[in-house]
Amino acid sequence: MKRLLGAMFLMASLFGAQTASAVDFNVRIVNLSNGIYYTPFLVAAHPAGTSIFTVGQPASANLQAMAEGGDISGLVGDLNGLGATIAENPAGGLLGPAAETDVDLNTDGTSNELLTIVAMLLPTNDAFAGLNAVQIPTEPGTYVFDVPAYDAGTEANDELLTGGGAPGAAGMPADPGMLTGTGGTGAAAADANPNVHIHRGSLGDLDPTGGTSDLDSSVHRWLNPVIRVVVTVR
Amino acid sequence: MRSIKSTRRHVALAGLSAFALAACGSDNNRNTVTPPPPPPAMASFDVTVTNLTNAQPLSPVAVIAHQDGYSVFTIGMAATTGLENLAEGGDNTMLIVEADADANVLASGSGAAPIGPAGSETVTVDVLESDLPDLRISVSTMLVNTNDGISGLNGVDISGLAEGDAWTGRGIVYDAGTEADTEAAGTIPGPADGGEGFNAARDDSDDRVTMHAGIVTQDDGLATSVLTGQHKFDNPAIMVRIERTD
Repeated sequence: MKRLLGAMFLMASLFGAQTASAVDFNVRIVNLSNGIYYTPFLVAAHPAGTSIFTVGQPASANLQAMAEGGDISGLVGDLNGLGATIAENPAGGLLGPAAETDVDLNTDGTSNELLTIVAMLLPTNDAFAGLNAVQIPTEPGTYVFDVPAYDAGTEANDELLTGGGAPGAAGMPADPGMLTGTGGTGAAAADANPNVHIHRGSLGDLDPTGGTSDLDSSVHRWLNPVIRVVVTVR
Repeated sequence: MRSIKSTRRHVALAGLSAFALAACGSDNNRNTVTPPPPPPAMASFDVTVTNLTNAQPLSPVAVIAHQDGYSVFTIGMAATTGLENLAEGGDNTMLIVEADADANVLASGSGAAPIGPAGSETVTVDVLESDLPDLRISVSTMLVNTNDGISGLNGVDISGLAEGDAWTGRGIVYDAGTEADTEAAGTIPGPADGGEGFNAARDDSDDRVTMHAGIVTQDDGLATSVLTGQHKFDNPAIMVRIERTD
């Protein structure tokens, strides 16, 4: 029986158009926050049993590059290696507060049945929004996913705007909203949990030229969820 | 889902003229008197809102039954004046007036009183059974120890809910974007301050609804805040149970 099923799957993959995971769908991403920007999003449908990060496990170097500097090229390479269906940077740059973007994907002819979406939160050290390998619905309809912010666990959340965007470089790469301060002494040392985990949130302070953080506690904090993903299956 | 749709079709047919009845009445010999149409069948929903916070009383909830096309708010868009009234002062009156004027709204109801932490209240709304196939329910309430923080649910699709069944979900906290989150004395209507409620001025950083980022409080460095760590909240802030009772 098992062998028979295996053969049927093989047949299905040979006649790609008949695979069960062929889905034509739209992905809409809404930035729910009032003070956070997103680096270019990576949207990917990929095979069962695969993922680009696992909560409780160390981040890969390519996940780290995305989370610390917004660079998705390494993850795109990883996903291409899996035969994923990929949409890069649907917003054509940063996605600002309360803004949204959308993109069409079609998994016809593939076995890509899981959906992953990631992008870095700015300004942070290594926070990213992550919809992690959720099953893509096949029944036509609209499906809403509220998505939390993770901490890649790879960089101290010092909350200092010192331009550290390269993997391993300390500091936050940029604040597109131009509302950060200067002169902070550093809000935190290395994460207690060096694995990928739910972000504990930014601290900030109310001293624009000093204090521990360059973030503003009345602007740059957030509560989960940080993005909303609306999947419309046709 | 399918069966509800076909039920609705029969109800709709029952309301049609005698010609239609005669045309499809081959199973019954009603050839003398056309009986008066039966009263329209109603469906009833008990909407129970529970306050999950530590020290954020909820203003009397607004419960709105509607169809696709109505929304209490949209992320990124400016709040209506009705929502501004609710979000800044806890008064749902105008929000409900706005809703009732919307062609997509079927019914509305209001809680009788604020809901304290750990408290709950049930509001009942009735709609025509014929309106069930596209039925959504929205709930909106203010966290009164904030400047303009609201929680609720926006258009939950309960079209498939059978009689006796219930749906339970949780509501997160949004910022109406109509008032700056100063947390300052005199700006918060709840018991933490007893300050101002609605003010037509829109002085938040941007006039649009977003997620609430949380409050800072005097215990976390905002010396001018009347709020303390007791008033902090996280998501979810409310639980909503919708039971179809009839």
